[in-house]
Amino acid sequence: MPNLKDLKNRIASVQSTRKITSAMKMVAASKLRRAQEQAEASGPYAERMGRMLASLASNVQDNGNGPKLMTGTGADKVHLLVVISSDRGLCGAFNGSIVREAKRQIARLQGEGKTVKLLTVGRKGRDQLRREFSSLIVESYEDVGRRRLGFADADMVATKVLALFDAGEFDVCSIIFNKFKSAISQIVTVQQLIPFAPPASAEAAASDEAKAMYEFEPDEEQILAELLPRNLSIQVYRALLESAASEQGARMTAMDNATRNAGDMINKLTITYNRTRQAYITKELIEIISGAEAL
Amino acid sequence: MADKVEFELVSPEKLLKSQPVDMVVVPGSEGDFGVLAGHSPMISTVRPGVIDVYEGDRVVDRVFVAGGFAEVTETRCTVLAEEAVALADLNRGAIEKTIKDLSEDSDDSKSEAERAAVEAKLAVARAKLDALGQSAAH
Repeated sequence: MPNLKDLKNRIASVQSTRKITSAMKMVAASKLRRAQEQAEASGPYAERMGRMLASLASNVQDNGNGPKLMTGTGADKVHLLVVISSDRGLCGAFNGSIVREAKRQIARLQGEGKTVKLLTVGRKGRDQLRREFSSLIVESYEDVGRRRLGFADADMVATKVLALFDAGEFDVCSIIFNKFKSAISQIVTVQQLIPFAPPASAEAAASDEAKAMYEFEPDEEQILAELLPRNLSIQVYRALLESAASEQGARMTAMDNATRNAGDMINKLTITYNRTRQAYITKELIEIISGAEAL
Repeated sequence: MADKVEFELVSPEKLLKSQPVDMVVVPGSEGDFGVLAGHSPMISTVRPGVIDVYEGDRVVDRVFVAGGFAEVTETRCTVLAEEAVALADLNRGAIEKTIKDLSEDSDDSKSEAERAAVEAKLAVARAKLDALGQSAAH
């Protein structure tokens, strides 16, 4: 028969776990709201940047000597994967699914005989990928946007990517991140950053506006040469924001489940505790009665 | 009353301003340009400097931007800024200190890329100081 005191301790410990998980859920929920607001606030810039880029691109592609960031190096040998994960755990399958996708991409690219390099953002992703692919990791960042994710954080990552590109370290760059769909669902997304392909929808929308024929000051190529690195930073920034929102969403869901499980467990343990207590009382009564009868 | 032009100032982090104004003067990299309603469409890079927002023939708003891009259409003027601060919020002392720190960094920097990055920041800080000097003269 289980010990009453042990049971009581178990219940107390599960109760305090439940308190923690429900507090974490609350924190995640408020962080999620903030992250979502931030993601929304960055929308206008990205949208206008996309529009400008599309109208520029349609102008430059005609003469066929666009900058390398757009046309690529002409080779397809070395791939750089930017993997965005979180610094902290306890957020369900968030990091697991990112790492799984990264591994799948690595296997696929290596299967095609290509060289893969990794740049990781976030501690969890780095730790998990390091076990198998430590030789592939060229750079890893931690504590990105610990307090508040700023554009400067994204710029830092993008600058590194650009430096690697300029040094001829890779030909194609893709970013892997969790796209925020809702608090319970995040979609692992792989997006190609270099060479940059203007999204088809933006191009279609821009083709009307591009007919308005912009004047360029200085000329198209020069603007494009400045705009493309900016755009890279923006894409990274968007990915980081999406990932931050997804992380909080995933954590909120995970903690919600944990809180519910803890509640179930407390109920079960309380029933066991009560039964055991009654059994003890019954046992003691039987002992007393049978003792009295023996006299 | 002349038509108004829709002025938008956007930084990566948020939409800072979106309002109809009479005229804006943007510091383009090839010289300042004023935008009135009906301006011909153009795209330009922006150098670090001050954007003046005109209401009638008075300047109602002065915003410092640390470079970026401007897109002008007949009805709209969109500035994508890398960093934007209201001129009134700039602090001369802090900027002078930044310039001093950065100049030291520039002397210490080892690689060419590092130096270029510091120089770019330095140019922005100097432009801020210039902007302040200008507004004091006004």
